[in-house]
Amino acid sequence: MSDSLLTLSGVHTHIGAYHILHGVDLVVPRGQLTMLLGRNGAGKTTMLRTIMGLWHASQGKVVFDGVDITAEETPAIASRNIAYVPESMGIFSDLTVKENMLLAARKAQRAQQMDETRLKWIFSLFPAVEKFWNHPAGKLSGGQKQMLAVARAIVEPRQLLIVDEPSKGLAPAIINNMIDAFAQLKATGTTILLVEQNISFAKRLGDSVAVMDDGKVVHSGSMQALAEDTALQQTLLGLAL
Amino acid sequence: MTTSLKQIDLDWKPLALVPLLALGVLPFIGSTSTWLTLTVAGLAMGMIIFIIASGLTLVFGLMDVLNFGHGVFIALGAFVATSVLGGMADWTGSDQLWRNLVAIVPAIVIAMLVAGAVGLAFERFIVRPVYGQHLKQILITMGGMIIGEELIKVIWGPAQIPLPLPEAMRGSLFVGDAAIEKYRVMAVIVGLLVFATLTWVLGRTKIGLLIRAGVQDREMVEALGYRIKRLFIGVFAVGSALAGLGGVMWGLYQQSVVPQMGAQVNILIFIVIIIGGLGSTGGALIGALLVGLMANYTGFLVPKVALFSNIALMVGILLWRPQGVYPVANR
Repeated sequence: MSDSLLTLSGVHTHIGAYHILHGVDLVVPRGQLTMLLGRNGAGKTTMLRTIMGLWHASQGKVVFDGVDITAEETPAIASRNIAYVPESMGIFSDLTVKENMLLAARKAQRAQQMDETRLKWIFSLFPAVEKFWNHPAGKLSGGQKQMLAVARAIVEPRQLLIVDEPSKGLAPAIINNMIDAFAQLKATGTTILLVEQNISFAKRLGDSVAVMDDGKVVHSGSMQALAEDTALQQTLLGLAL
Repeated sequence: MTTSLKQIDLDWKPLALVPLLALGVLPFIGSTSTWLTLTVAGLAMGMIIFIIASGLTLVFGLMDVLNFGHGVFIALGAFVATSVLGGMADWTGSDQLWRNLVAIVPAIVIAMLVAGAVGLAFERFIVRPVYGQHLKQILITMGGMIIGEELIKVIWGPAQIPLPLPEAMRGSLFVGDAAIEKYRVMAVIVGLLVFATLTWVLGRTKIGLLIRAGVQDREMVEALGYRIKRLFIGVFAVGSALAGLGGVMWGLYQQSVVPQMGAQVNILIFIVIIIGGLGSTGGALIGALLVGLMANYTGFLVPKVALFSNIALMVGILLWRPQGVYPVANR
């Protein structure tokens, strides 16, 4: 079995007239948490959307678990046990928290059919999900919506969890909650790919790291190596971690 | 803090519009019995329009498709019913309700099946090539309706065809001095059944959950692993079948059918779904009841403004709530 769960090779993505990704190469090792860093506009979100088939690569290859998924449609990609949390969180605001969770539980037709043990574990990670179970999701605060978005993504076991900026706009206490949740998920063997701007968040969680700039991956390696190399941090990110 | 959140956040103001309108016109009409007759007629008309509009609002909300050809399914349903009922004159002529129902029920089922099947073909060959292109959708679906109308003329002829009410459904019930047509009561009951079924499917089943989620954010539903295009095709077919049912009801209400009847009702349907909020079945029900009541009240009080009254109603609602009474699809 390959060490990498997800591999991108020479991926180019165009959105209308704009050429956003310029030959991205990325390896996401199985069972690890990979951090994707880079300044705004570097192409991180475009890369995640390209992996999910929400935008299609115009050139290059996306391989998941040994299968070329470059040309597959989004539902087929998601059905390969990949969960995606977009930057906008993708919460269905008119539905209740329970209904949002039920939608993500593909095997369940009714709330009672969701895996109770897993739900209890999710409630322990994100108590707000249990507290507001029957409330409209649109009424939750920003932090609670982010918790729901991640909780929804893990309502069933997934091979790969892709999350776009989970700590964006969150209070420190909720960020700690989120870090704890990802650490527990990683311990279950789930492979995680996180886009982050919060450097301390990245440092505390990341096993490996990729840094993007101008639509390309300009650095990849271990998070620890980057965290210890101040000169490299300055070169890649313009700041020290 | 969020602990003060209510579990059910019912927006009651739009619900109050229907009784407010009904009670508001009572002093102008003067006679309670006339008011009751007009109100039941308005509610019946509204329920039939709701049956037709409920499918269209989901299609609109779910797939952002401007289907101006929805009217053809109304006409198709009505014409299919003329053929089915025409062959069952012994049953429709009986004064026993059960014998009438033995004729009406298959007519409705066949009309819905035909309209649903034609709806599938309409989606495949007319709507699918123009997803995401509003102007083309308007042009091509209107073109589809014109072709549909012409095909109806080829099959059933261009003339008006009578669609008489079955014997037991004719006549009126009397409540005090007010005469309430039996068929209108039946139309209200059928409309309520359709509303209850839609509410149950949308609120209590996974398919309904997917439809409601898809109306809000199609992309996220796909990212959760569901093929929303298949869901849309199903909704389109059901919406067309409901238009077929509405066509049968409307034809019996008017007691005649013409190939242009779909186009004539189309404008009312669009007013209803705009008032209701795109994608909202509850909003469509309120919009349809308001339109039905308004048409009947103004037709009685000031017939000259009856034609404009529903446009004025829509403008008034949009000034109050620019996205309709219960906005769902935020596009």
